[in-house]
Amino acid sequence: MLGEILVMALMLFGAFFMFLAGIGMLRMPDLFLRMSSTAKAGTLGAGLLLLAAAIHFGDFAIATRALAIIVFLMLTAPVAAHMIGRAAYFDGVPLWKGTIRDDLRGHYRASTHALETTAIPEEDRLPDEAELETRKPDLDR
Amino acid sequence: MTDALWILILALLSAGLVFAFIRLARGPYLPDRVIALDLISILAMGFIVAYAVRFDQPNFLDVAIILAIISFLGTVAFAYYLERRV
Repeated sequence: MLGEILVMALMLFGAFFMFLAGIGMLRMPDLFLRMSSTAKAGTLGAGLLLLAAAIHFGDFAIATRALAIIVFLMLTAPVAAHMIGRAAYFDGVPLWKGTIRDDLRGHYRASTHALETTAIPEEDRLPDEAELETRKPDLDR
Repeated sequence: MTDALWILILALLSAGLVFAFIRLARGPYLPDRVIALDLISILAMGFIVAYAVRFDQPNFLDVAIILAIISFLGTVAFAYYLERRV
């Protein structure tokens, strides 16, 4: 009985955090903020659901499988989020208008995609904010 | 009581799926659609796990493993080609 209550509570929290990830995906103002909602809330929700499954089945083999998925998700979600964020930054996805500072701007070399601590010369920089504003957000660019 | 909780759990997951799908349709940029697709596959994994617990079918957890691996590889592949495009 107690185990059942624990399972239902974990399932409910997991589903709630996945719901929050969906809301964040819809309501966050730019790609990088949206990405943080899927990478954190989504992983936490999936992790709680899988933990509930591990407790519910109670069997060693099944619990190991569920825990293996949790570990795999926690290893891969940040990697995937970082890769897609980096690609989007190079691709010229604009930041939110309320962004206060962007420390990376002017430090990425456009030709090699390398990050350097010193400022990059003007001709090898990625396009800056003003230039991105004029760009049309379409799928085929 | 338990049935009402199950309906609530599945309703929350479905609402998340609908929101992610709206973002997938609206964009506005290609990376937005990629992360929406990523969230959709994680939500589908949550559905499978919830279903496995509800109907006592531990075999469905194998599907969840495969879905997690495929969603990671898909996102990495999309990111790779997005970065090579510029």
